[in-house]
Amino acid sequence: MSITVEEVYETARMILYQNLDIRTTTVGINLQDLVSTNFSLFTRKVRKRIVTMGRRLLSETARLETKYGIPIVNKRIAVTPVSLLMESHATREKYLQMAHTLDLAAREAGIDFLGGFGALVQKGMTNSERLLISCLPEVLAKTRRICAFLNVGSTSSGMNLDAINLIGPLLLKTARKTKNGIGCARFAVYVNAPEDNPFMAGAFHGVGEPDFSLNIGISGPGVVRSVVEKNPDADLTQLAEIIKRTVFKITRAGELIGRELAKNLGITFGIVDLSLASTTAAGDSVAGILEAFGLESAGAHGTTAALALLIDAVKKGGAMASSNIGGLSGTFIPVSEDSGMAKAVASGALNLDKLEALTAVCSVGLDMVPIPGDTPVEIINAIIADELAIGIINDKTTAVRLIPVPGAREGETVDFGGLFGSAPVMAVRHLSPGKFLRRGGRFPAPLRSLKN
Amino acid sequence: MEKELLFISVIGQDRIGIVARIATVLYRAGINIEDISQKIMDNYFVMVMLVDIKKANCSLEKINTRLQNLARKLNLCIQIQHENIFKMMHRI
Repeated sequence: MSITVEEVYETARMILYQNLDIRTTTVGINLQDLVSTNFSLFTRKVRKRIVTMGRRLLSETARLETKYGIPIVNKRIAVTPVSLLMESHATREKYLQMAHTLDLAAREAGIDFLGGFGALVQKGMTNSERLLISCLPEVLAKTRRICAFLNVGSTSSGMNLDAINLIGPLLLKTARKTKNGIGCARFAVYVNAPEDNPFMAGAFHGVGEPDFSLNIGISGPGVVRSVVEKNPDADLTQLAEIIKRTVFKITRAGELIGRELAKNLGITFGIVDLSLASTTAAGDSVAGILEAFGLESAGAHGTTAALALLIDAVKKGGAMASSNIGGLSGTFIPVSEDSGMAKAVASGALNLDKLEALTAVCSVGLDMVPIPGDTPVEIINAIIADELAIGIINDKTTAVRLIPVPGAREGETVDFGGLFGSAPVMAVRHLSPGKFLRRGGRFPAPLRSLKN
Repeated sequence: MEKELLFISVIGQDRIGIVARIATVLYRAGINIEDISQKIMDNYFVMVMLVDIKKANCSLEKINTRLQNLARKLNLCIQIQHENIFKMMHRI
């Protein structure tokens, strides 16, 4: 037999007991060629393209699940940033109609989330983009499947503080319109947003992409935790090696499925995103890996070093396995979606400051963080500005997904339901950044040298 | 003719008739067993079959459904996976 019993058993254990899965398969769809002066014709064509591709995605993923015996958890669609499609139809009514069309198309196709309802405003905003931002609370409240994003900065163009100043009000309005503020879970604000990210809420089909592309996110926090636990005496060099080998294997599985799925769909294979994505399932936690490293809890001193080592090893193993690594490829530390992180917050081990520090080395951002619903807009905007400044200065992606939970106070546990998980509302500082933020304008593009 | 090889992995408690009953499902589906090995690992009975489905008389979905029904009856975990996933994961 070309493959040994041990190898088959190792693979089966990863899938059966350690939650190895293909976390997401996301088809990026270009909609720019459908733009028409006839708006109703335009929306009909958009709907048709999404439904056709969405249905094919679902049937082809089901076939591959059977063929390879590996679960493909999420099947999603990302479209061209909607603000670009609406430049010549920039009215509130038409924006809401487009949101409705996309939401219905996703439902008709059987797709749970459709990303791309957003704009790239890193240097400034057009009229259409301002309108999109003003419509977002209503869009998020009235739809169930639409995911929205804004890219408000990049290392090469700086950071748009005027756009950031619009986000606090946007989040508070959205939160008031949806149960426990859950509408905010479908909105992410970025700097250096990748154009091929397969993960929601921030997925969109960038303007540098082909007509269609398939991007895939693998996931194996449970697998990594298991190998770390099996090697309690390994030093850090050995630990890095063990993680690299493991991630190599799971990335190869992702590469195989991605390539075959793209071929079957007749579209371009884009990238494999290496991000470790936690879920609420027992053991499928990034905090769990850090604790297996030997930390008493995520959030302890040493967490930044441990996470840096972990993700560096993940990237090295993944880069060896595939030449198409892309997307975010860092780690998500979603507070509510990772039961270990939520526990660390509840025990007081982990706070917003430590989460922010982690994003400087490898995390993608402040993700699924519930904060008190009465947090002033200027404080929300300042949390976002701090987090995004880390991204532009370090030439990496960072993002924020905050949920100001209406009526909830610090320490109260909020249950967002299902995959969104639950977490205690996190404390924020109350000192005012108001005068600083009201200056507005643009944070100039940072230097790429003199890096100390 | 080129073969289409899949691995069937069986994990659980050892008992009489596992091989016979799986082999019967495969025989009825027109599937040839190319190789079998088994071992005790982590106190589990682990059996791996390499099978060729090129001449199978029904779809992979149907074969999988029949094997999953059998898995429930025998309280075992049975997985069927194309050989390519193992080649990709375990060979450079």
